[in-house]
Amino acid sequence: MPNSIPMTKTMTPSHATSGRYYHRFGPIERVMHVFLMLTFIGCAITGVPLLFADHTWATVLVKFMGGFRGAALIHRICAAIMIVVFVGHVLRVFVKSFLAEDWLSVFWGPDSMVPNLKDGQDIVGQMKWFLGMGPRPQFDRFTYWEKFDYWAVFWGMFIIGGSGLMLWFPHFFSLFLPGWVFNVATIVHGEEALLAVGFIFTIHFFNGHLRPEKFPMDLVIFTGRLPEHELKEERPVEYARLVREGRLAALETDPPPAETVMFGRVLGSIGLILGVLTIIAIIYSVLF
Amino acid sequence: MPLTFPIQSLSALVIVLAAAFAGPVSAQTAPPAADPNESCMMCHSDPAAKGSSGKSIGVDAKAFAGSVHGQMQFKCTDCHSDVSAEKLPHAPTLKPANCASCHEVPVKEYLETAHAKARAKGNTVAASCGDCHGTHDIQKSSEPTSRTNFARLDATCGACHGNEAVIKQANLPGGNVASQYRDSIHGRKTHSTGSDAAKAPSCAGCHGAHKILSKTDEASRVNRENIAAMCGSCHMQVLSRFNGSQHGIMRQAGNSAAPTCIDCHSAHQIQQHNTVQWQVDVIKECGGCHADFIKSYRDTYHGQVTQLGYTRVATCASCHGAHEVLPASNPKSMIAPENRVTTCRACHAGANANFAAYRPHGNAHDREGDPILYYTRIFMQLLLAGVFGFFGLHTLLWLVRSLVEVRSRRGRGGH
Repeated sequence: MPNSIPMTKTMTPSHATSGRYYHRFGPIERVMHVFLMLTFIGCAITGVPLLFADHTWATVLVKFMGGFRGAALIHRICAAIMIVVFVGHVLRVFVKSFLAEDWLSVFWGPDSMVPNLKDGQDIVGQMKWFLGMGPRPQFDRFTYWEKFDYWAVFWGMFIIGGSGLMLWFPHFFSLFLPGWVFNVATIVHGEEALLAVGFIFTIHFFNGHLRPEKFPMDLVIFTGRLPEHELKEERPVEYARLVREGRLAALETDPPPAETVMFGRVLGSIGLILGVLTIIAIIYSVLF
Repeated sequence: MPLTFPIQSLSALVIVLAAAFAGPVSAQTAPPAADPNESCMMCHSDPAAKGSSGKSIGVDAKAFAGSVHGQMQFKCTDCHSDVSAEKLPHAPTLKPANCASCHEVPVKEYLETAHAKARAKGNTVAASCGDCHGTHDIQKSSEPTSRTNFARLDATCGACHGNEAVIKQANLPGGNVASQYRDSIHGRKTHSTGSDAAKAPSCAGCHGAHKILSKTDEASRVNRENIAAMCGSCHMQVLSRFNGSQHGIMRQAGNSAAPTCIDCHSAHQIQQHNTVQWQVDVIKECGGCHADFIKSYRDTYHGQVTQLGYTRVATCASCHGAHEVLPASNPKSMIAPENRVTTCRACHAGANANFAAYRPHGNAHDREGDPILYYTRIFMQLLLAGVFGFFGLHTLLWLVRSLVEVRSRRGRGGH
């Protein structure tokens, strides 16, 4: 996407003037994303070869990972960490709600991940904007595609995680579940994994990182901070709300430290490259 | 390879004999030659000697002396019976040595074979006695240096059946069977240094020594109908298990399409059964007939891992048995309902009845047989199609819009 480079250049003078940054993600959220990302990639590159076992690249990849037992071990370690991170997140949401003055704000309203009427309107608005039939919707703190990503992980954790645990511990689950459940679990685990891998490595990558406005990647999930112009331009409703509620000043912060930016760039690049390679392998295998 | 007689051996013999005892005697009195071989060697002892047709007529006397015939003090004329030591020089062209004058039965057997029939039709490439046994240097097959020793047969037969040019020219069945054999468990065993190396069959072990009949011949040991009995002559216990299996029962009922040994093991590339490669490869042989089952197997973890080349998981034989394979309806079958838990427990120690009710060949494309799996698959595929359909379009439109925006922004920027 060579267009992004000139665009960044043309955008820079008019937008980067203030130098002010605002907190968007806290340290726990950033660390969770790093763990989620690494374990997801780990599960993907150890699991996807099974679905395309008749292809040479799958054989070579599995051999490289120490044979199927090595791959299975990596897969299960990643899965276990991912489950811990997920359960930790859910617990944290409830603890946050318990500690908050307004407990409902965690589950409802602009700071929550729960979809609302505005998200529906934004989808329509965004479609109109795509087609040149209207202005770009004014987004609040979380856009509808970000909420979709979030709930997709939730759904995926139950579906893939649940079926994965059944296949990992069949002796335990067969104490109270009939045998066909493991057949269903096999299908569901594989298909849902393809959905998750396909979604994250194409659509999430595009929405979050690869689209021309963000190319090659948006570092906010690693640094936790976004520049003022991005907040104003991309999330004007949130900006206005923060100004109105007098909370903006409390969120202001320095630009992200250089080492954090470097960390994000390196990790993000690794993730993007591995993800894109996985997608290429899948598409190749489906086509040939 | 035209049949030529490298006649070098006899000359040396004469020299040896002359030096040993004939020399001093002949120097004194020079009587007429008592040993007819000596007369022959007057001409044939020169390794460079050539006949009127230009072929070498030299005979290596040393090699002949070491040969089984030399050790038995044969005279040249015992084999070359159309030559008389009294009437020399003999005719420029002689008949081939008549092996049948002594070896009546093997030659009779040979004459019924594809080799002999091809020669009778003018084919000079097909093997005759000398091509396998040699000529003046013939040794007993029990000698390790003999061309027909068990450890050297593959090289001897391989002179043609391992020679790509000959294979192509004569369209020999099976291709380079010598090379295949050498890599097989039988081939590696015959070439091993183990004390039981001779127990493994070399070429003749299966095909016979002289009565090498085409596999299409009903009397051939390697005819499809005779294969099991032939392999079973060594693998007796396997044969008895096979005969009790569904495959064996079908064959005994006259179903020639039912598999016999070579259908799973191949003829010349037989691998050791406990190697990973063989266990992974043989799955494809089962799948060659049981196409639906290998397909559903490949959709399971067992099938995926074996496809990647690993065997810690179940292969066909892990659940069905190998030579003793029987349908689930047979109470002796490993997959009979009453035996399944035991079969699963061979790997999954904690397996119970629920566990054993897992369907190792569950088919998500079979609506009648596996409705739950079928609709699970449909649901998942609709979900995938829905998500990728919506977001695919979403992404595409977004990309186009972003590029349009970039272009117009750049336009405004004066670029």
